[in-house]
Amino acid sequence: MYALEISGLQKTYSGGVEALKGFDLKVEKGDFFALLGPNGAGKSTSIGIITSLVNKTEGSVHIFGHDIDQELELAKAQVGLVPQEFNFNQFETVLQIVVNQAGYYGVPRSVALQRAEKYLGQLDLWEKSNSRARELSGGMKRRLMIARALMHEPQLLILDEPTAGVDIELRRSMWQFLTQLNQQGITIILTTHYLEEAEMLCRNIGIIDKGELIEHTSMKQLLSKLNIETFIFDLPAGSHIDSLAGFTCRMVDDHTLEVDVAKSQGLNAVFQELDKQGITVLSMRNKANRLEELFVELVSEGRNRES
Amino acid sequence: MNLSVYRIALKSIISKEIIRFTRIWVQTLVPPAITMSLYFVIFGNLIGSRIGEMGGYSYMEFIVPGLIMMSVITNSYSNVASSFFSCKFQRNIEELLVAPVPNYIIIAGFVGGGVARGLLVGLIVSLVSLFFVPLQLHNVLVIALTVFLTSVLFALGGLINAIYADTFDDISIIPTFVLTPLTYLGGVFYSLTLLGDFWQALSKVNPIVYMVNAFRYGFLGISDVSLLTSYSMISAFIVGLYLWALYLIKTGYGLRS
Repeated sequence: MYALEISGLQKTYSGGVEALKGFDLKVEKGDFFALLGPNGAGKSTSIGIITSLVNKTEGSVHIFGHDIDQELELAKAQVGLVPQEFNFNQFETVLQIVVNQAGYYGVPRSVALQRAEKYLGQLDLWEKSNSRARELSGGMKRRLMIARALMHEPQLLILDEPTAGVDIELRRSMWQFLTQLNQQGITIILTTHYLEEAEMLCRNIGIIDKGELIEHTSMKQLLSKLNIETFIFDLPAGSHIDSLAGFTCRMVDDHTLEVDVAKSQGLNAVFQELDKQGITVLSMRNKANRLEELFVELVSEGRNRES
Repeated sequence: MNLSVYRIALKSIISKEIIRFTRIWVQTLVPPAITMSLYFVIFGNLIGSRIGEMGGYSYMEFIVPGLIMMSVITNSYSNVASSFFSCKFQRNIEELLVAPVPNYIIIAGFVGGGVARGLLVGLIVSLVSLFFVPLQLHNVLVIALTVFLTSVLFALGGLINAIYADTFDDISIIPTFVLTPLTYLGGVFYSLTLLGDFWQALSKVNPIVYMVNAFRYGFLGISDVSLLTSYSMISAFIVGLYLWALYLIKTGYGLRS
């Protein structure tokens, strides 16, 4: 049984915009899955349909085997949603928000209070439990939405850009928290624009563009498709290189060199060539996140095929 | 899903609603007490003393049930209209839409909140009226049933208004242009028998006439229409509005894209 099984999902909005064009997707139980795509690709529409916030036009959705058309309440009970936009009552306290949410799922108040202490504590919000939501910082609001989504202890947690606008320190602590949840057996589906986040956390990935799934594979397999990586070498100021035998390279400024390295070549050869020219390398890094390069490549390939 | 899940969900929505209107008590509970005190002083004492009797009772005694009912109607309606619209506006209605809460529980929860405010305001206004006139109780059961059904009916009305509303203006249009005129023309301040045949017949299209009269019967034992007709009308409106609200939430009108 899959945690999520989507088949032939279509959505045409009342204005005629076709957001999803027969979208299929399967997410294994216990997976940490990245659903990526450019803005307007259909990610939020898909999540909206899975969580009953958007009415589908065609197709089927099963959550842990429960069809949303036949067993909607059982399907909903399995899912916790962390939406992209803040959607809690700004005038309620943190504790009221999470305890009420638990109540909507039938969790008795005494149990809800215990869970509130647990999840708000784990997300460093317990001290703010009596503060009104509008008094929280942006990062705290994001964590509040995660705590709220966990109050009924769902089997499937869907996070729609949970770290948008969050500073790197907090982002990393959220990654750690999500990894722990996944290790406890919770299936996680994540959408994000920080591709480093997807690469670091997720085992499997789906890339959606213009309402269609253009890639659905494991992160490992996807990354192995990357044939060329660009590396940046920091050199002493005033360095100059015209060419590097066997490699495409360019000087960005008088102390920065970019070199395209094919998977078959290896970095040793680059260092040997630099050594031959008496160039000292001060430091080195990837130009861009590997997944980011692949993502751009896949999306533009798809669009080129279309045109 | 078992019934205890639904019971907890319903309790959660109602208690959230009660906490909301009691948190802002200065906006929700105090104004009706002040407004009705003014009605009692001006229409009851100052003007009422010159009007004399109506339906065999002093004018003050005659208008008290209608004024209590007016507060109940306005508050039941506006509680649900503003609370539900605010949930839409802040998008926290999504908290309920993603949860396994059946649509009828969502309706019952918001209506329950509206009824709670309507009844509490009704009680406050009744207590205020005791400063001006001794309250007679002809039939407590009729009073309780009428006030409860009326607040359910207008809470449902407020819910439908909020579902259709796109802006805060939209939730004040109906109370201002429909509810207030219907209440004033619903026999709160006069007996229908004072009107000519045509206006009497026209008044009977106004549902508030039935509520005010049934309520007045509970206090004074007098009514311009029969109790059976009143309850039939109120029940028919409740069923109609409930089915309308259920349809709107089920199809996701204004809630789901």
